[in-house]
Amino acid sequence: MPILDHLWIILALPLAGAAINGLFGKRWPQSAVNSVAVGSVTLAFLAVAELVREFTLLAPDQIPYVDRYFTWMVAGPFKVDFSLQVDQLTVVMLLTVSFVGMLIHIYSTGYMAHEGGYYRFFSYLNLFMFFMLTLVMAANLIVMFVGWEGVGLCSYLLIGFWFLKKSAADAGKKAFITTRIGDFGFTVGVLLVFATFGSIDFGTIFKAVAANTISEVTLTTICVLLFTGAIGKSAQLPLYVWLPDAMEGPTPVSALIHAATMVTAGVYMVARMNPLFSRAPIAMLVVAIVGAVTAFYSATIGLVQTDIKKVLAYSTVSQLGYMFLACGVGSYAAGIFHLMTHAFFKGLLFLAAGSVIHAMGGEQDMMKMGGLRSKIPVTYWTMFIATLAIAGIPGFSGFFSKDEILEAAKSGPNANLILWLLGVAGAALTSFYMFRLVFLTFFGKSRYDEHHVHVHESPKNMTIPLVILALLSIFGGWFAAPKLIGGIDYFERFLAPVFSMYAPPMAEPAHVLAESAANPGMELLKALTGVPVIVAVLGLLVAWWFYIKNPNAPKRLAQSVHSLYLLLLNKYYVDEIYAALFVRPLLWISTNVLWHGIDEGVIDGVVNGSARVARASGGQLRGLQSGNTRSYASWVLIGAIGFSVLLIALYVKVVH
Amino acid sequence: MSVIPVSWYLVLSAILFGLGVVAFVFKRNVITIFMSIELMLNAVNLAFVAFARAHNQLDGLVFVFFVIVVAAAEAAVGLAIVIMLAQHRQSLSVERENLLKF
Amino acid sequence: MILPLIIFSLCALLAVGGAVALILSREPIHSALALILVMVSLAVLYLLLGAPFVAAVQIIVYAGAVMVLFVFVIMLLNMEAEERTDFSKIAKFVGVPLGLVLIVWAAYWLAHSPAASAMGTGAAMEPSSTRELSKQLFRQYLFPFEATSILILIALLGALVMAKKEE
Repeated sequence: MPILDHLWIILALPLAGAAINGLFGKRWPQSAVNSVAVGSVTLAFLAVAELVREFTLLAPDQIPYVDRYFTWMVAGPFKVDFSLQVDQLTVVMLLTVSFVGMLIHIYSTGYMAHEGGYYRFFSYLNLFMFFMLTLVMAANLIVMFVGWEGVGLCSYLLIGFWFLKKSAADAGKKAFITTRIGDFGFTVGVLLVFATFGSIDFGTIFKAVAANTISEVTLTTICVLLFTGAIGKSAQLPLYVWLPDAMEGPTPVSALIHAATMVTAGVYMVARMNPLFSRAPIAMLVVAIVGAVTAFYSATIGLVQTDIKKVLAYSTVSQLGYMFLACGVGSYAAGIFHLMTHAFFKGLLFLAAGSVIHAMGGEQDMMKMGGLRSKIPVTYWTMFIATLAIAGIPGFSGFFSKDEILEAAKSGPNANLILWLLGVAGAALTSFYMFRLVFLTFFGKSRYDEHHVHVHESPKNMTIPLVILALLSIFGGWFAAPKLIGGIDYFERFLAPVFSMYAPPMAEPAHVLAESAANPGMELLKALTGVPVIVAVLGLLVAWWFYIKNPNAPKRLAQSVHSLYLLLLNKYYVDEIYAALFVRPLLWISTNVLWHGIDEGVIDGVVNGSARVARASGGQLRGLQSGNTRSYASWVLIGAIGFSVLLIALYVKVVH
Repeated sequence: MSVIPVSWYLVLSAILFGLGVVAFVFKRNVITIFMSIELMLNAVNLAFVAFARAHNQLDGLVFVFFVIVVAAAEAAVGLAIVIMLAQHRQSLSVERENLLKF
Repeated sequence: MILPLIIFSLCALLAVGGAVALILSREPIHSALALILVMVSLAVLYLLLGAPFVAAVQIIVYAGAVMVLFVFVIMLLNMEAEERTDFSKIAKFVGVPLGLVLIVWAAYWLAHSPAASAMGTGAAMEPSSTRELSKQLFRQYLFPFEATSILILIALLGALVMAKKEE
């Protein structure tokens, strides 16, 4: 049974898992819930593996392989099929999502073992997998939107998993509402796509775009609108504010949804829509700028945070910025590559952080940790490996992907040196704060009371996924390694058909020619290739100096630039600004205009008013039945007069 | 031979009817109201007789006959009711009879 | 020629005057007497219209029996005069003009209707014969005649039952 023709199985497996656990899991023992949840995702991964095998056997003209299932909606010219497709990009995404998802499911069986609502957690997690896989395999914008919204829903459910805790419930709401703003732009973008192309099917759209008949203005508008959805979903400026708060959710949720998969949906969408973006340079520039600025901005906030998960959250926002930077300068493959490696090392970072928190009995403040290196060795080593990866230390996966991005920003077809500088600065900061995190947590003296906290290593179902992800963080980037020594990047080659099938013709082949010419500018640029590595090592050294050599140095520095420190610590007060600018006025309008004014005044007014009118007129008419005979007589008289008038009038009309 | 145009009798009938209506509406004594009804009936009788004369038919007169008979019967019953009312209520003002009030 | 006119005018005036007196009187007995005046003058008018039987019936039954009944009841119940209270504003400003309008308008229509002009002055020469009338009554109108007699019976019984003093 070829999976390629039955792609729906991959979706049905986690959905079934979610349904079974959701409906029946409440009274089952944890082992039963585990087998359903982990089993469904594992089966889905195996299905994906089989899918990949079949995919390699396809001929190039069969790609993308589309499964059309049924006509979902028809409304005049608007026709939406439920179709799924597979091409190289889908393969990469499927592998990442299903494999990392599977590992995190296994991890969660350990992490959530002592939590209430166990079955509910896994039901939501499976549901999330279903939606994410739908998003990735969608063959048209509407099915993708189903997945898009679905993962947003699951994110809300999982962030607010401990919904009795107010901060968690609020965080869930914040996430949903903030991404909603982006989703609105996305929806308008989809509408515009339909208005322009008459279809929302990827194949149809891309073929139409390749014919070069659509105006650039239209394309730019569409791309910018779609990108606003990505800004929300992938937590870029200015809609990133929900992601740090989303750390209220359980750590596996942060790992899966807010590091490895859901937040990458925006990047995937931009990569998928590359034919449109490539023909709208302004939109690309917007994407690149937003990405680069976010990368730098978020890294600055991460410098001073003390909650281990918050540091990782800001780091995620920053790394997502890098992915968008890559797409924005035209190197979609680099963006997707970084997406994949980021899933490995960021997923690992979160899971390891979860392991630390588990070991510390729930403590998340790094200032209360320290010296854990010897006590939780597996966690320490895996986290250290992940940190090396994210910092871009050569040899690890993160180095290859980040390096490719910065290289594209520097010397690629849409190179922009300012953005490159931002990227490099961000990389320096990334290295610094990530090593800061490791040093604060695992090195130095223990800053906690050893009698109260019993530090213990996590059980095997938590540590094994850590090890697997660590291995991937090391070796996962090696497809691209040959490029360094003049060979080809296998990853890029694999994805090339996706990005070249509908790509516009190269505007400036001269650029490529110029590279081979030996002019001083080019030489300088070439020399700058190694800069990311240098700043990464620099970050490591500075962090070492601040947190191992001179533990008092951070405090002194904070005192000396106290206001700047406070600004960063308070996340540039963005939440407060948003609250004042948007939340409070909206609340005011909702309360006074919509609630009191319209709902109470108009709608209730109409209903109550009509009742009042009925009552009043009834009261008035009551006077007719006064019991007063004479008034009755008068009414009879009036009636008689009226009647006789009528008769005479009729008579006159008849006669004349 | 009646040299008076029939229409004059009709006008007189109308005037009497109108006065009867006025009395009906404005008087407060029950018996007076009854009497105004009788006045109205009389006015109608006059009209009937006038029309009988005008069309040279006897049907109008027969009708007048019946009107008188029925009016008599009605007067008898009505006055009996009035007597009953008077026995119960010591007053014959129509305004006091407001038991039909809602 | 002129005699009918005089009689008509006289009787008309008496009738209207009696009606006005009925309205304006304070004592009910005065209103009753005014009504008797109206009836008698109407009887004369019937005579003028050539309906002697009806005129006779009017006097005997209406003026002679019904009104006597009225007078009896008035005297029996010993009613007081009506208090002169002010009419409601509606009555004064709407009722009176409306009533006048009604009267004038009806009068106008009756006088100028084509039927009226067609009727002319009443062409019959002699008064209607009682013999003819009775023929009509007992042939064409037999059923209403008998029904009316039963009606009188019922009214009689009803009046008896109601006016009896409760024991």
